[in-house]
Amino acid sequence: MTQLIVTPTALIFAVALVVVALVISLKEKIGLEKDLIVGVIRAVIQLTVVGYVLTYIIRVNRHWLTLLMVVIIIVNAAWNARGRARGIPHAFAISLLAITTATAGTIALLVLAGAIAFVPSQIVPISGMIASNAMVAIGLAYRSMNGQFHDQRQALLERLSLGATKYQTAIAVVREAIRTGMSPTIDSAKTVGLVSLPGMMSGLIFAGVDPTKAIMYQIMVTFMLMAATSLGSTIACYLAYPQFFNADLQLRNFN
Amino acid sequence: MSDAIFTLHDVGFSVPERTLIADVSFTVAPGEFVTIGGPSGSGKSTLLRLVATLLTPTAGTITYDGQPQDSYEKTEYRRQVSYCYQQPSLFGETVWDNLAFPFQIRHEEIDEDRMVQALDMVHLPANMLRQPITDLSGGEKQRVALIRNLLFTPKVLLLDEITTGLDTVTKDAVHEVIKNLNHQGLTILAVTHDEVELAAADRLLTIVDGRLAVSV
Repeated sequence: MTQLIVTPTALIFAVALVVVALVISLKEKIGLEKDLIVGVIRAVIQLTVVGYVLTYIIRVNRHWLTLLMVVIIIVNAAWNARGRARGIPHAFAISLLAITTATAGTIALLVLAGAIAFVPSQIVPISGMIASNAMVAIGLAYRSMNGQFHDQRQALLERLSLGATKYQTAIAVVREAIRTGMSPTIDSAKTVGLVSLPGMMSGLIFAGVDPTKAIMYQIMVTFMLMAATSLGSTIACYLAYPQFFNADLQLRNFN
Repeated sequence: MSDAIFTLHDVGFSVPERTLIADVSFTVAPGEFVTIGGPSGSGKSTLLRLVATLLTPTAGTITYDGQPQDSYEKTEYRRQVSYCYQQPSLFGETVWDNLAFPFQIRHEEIDEDRMVQALDMVHLPANMLRQPITDLSGGEKQRVALIRNLLFTPKVLLLDEITTGLDTVTKDAVHEVIKNLNHQGLTILAVTHDEVELAAADRLLTIVDGRLAVSV
């Protein structure tokens, strides 16, 4: 297997790529300079810290430490998904439950099927992949739900006035929000291998694994992400839509 | 009045820093046709929405059929006390989607014959059932919205200026439907400026600055 080492000098040269982005932003007056710099600093700090943390966790190989790392990933993902909820009450708790179920459910299935082993070097990265995809799906679903409750307010009020329940009023909105949440995963599954060689597969090929073996892992990841995003966005949407109504079965105003 | 279908007692509705309805009390008898008039912004529609449970009073009580309004299941109440919006928004893709909705929410088998009869009642053709809602004129949309409320005949119809902006032919069709329903015993509360509706009504309530000014 080829040894992969990116030296600090090589990384410093890579900064030149960020400078290109900065120059474009400045020259075209896009106004993203601050975000780019913050992004670079955060990426360097976060990845350096996680690199050392993962090295330690993999070395000591304790179940509780592996699970703690998974919990930290899930809590962070839920906190970020909540940021997209624009005022939906209990969005953090809803996101936490949805991402936990999606991650735990998918990981449990993979471990039980023997696709992965319960060791930190496999559980932590796979959990990160699942939680981040579920986070994006839930964030998109929240945004879609907020948009629809705002844009279709009159039609929703009329459904209520006709005597519809919360579910009967909001089900079309919920379905559309789940579709929106899942669409990036489905689109990427449709184009995988044709447009992109995704992370898992690319990483294995980089590390010298035979591409025909690498695709087996990628197929597993594709299926795993479909399950996780569908589970995560469905749970989040079904728990979030009742928050748009008050106790008197009227639409709430909170965004 | 013990046999009133509605009794409003000192009803008020306030939002932060503003009182929209204050101390409104009146009763409505079963089968009565009551119109609510008054200047724009006086609180007529707010009052109707309070009766419809689409808003909740911040003061006073509303009694429906002898029981406090809040003792009813909201869905059941709204199926009995049906509110029609001034500018209705049809949903879904076609007229069928809108007329199927009242059946769907009651878990009843969809009856297309009944839909066609309802369309006919407001002088709309049967083939309109499959028509996309985007192809309908304002008057057609208003009539489809009205029959959406009437496919399962409610006990009370709350009409919020539903003939405003309609052409004379459409207005006449709507007036005829309202009149017939009232003759069949349906209680009607209508916010209106329309002279035909005012003339047809048993009683006129006037709301000024959120308060009941006149009851004739």
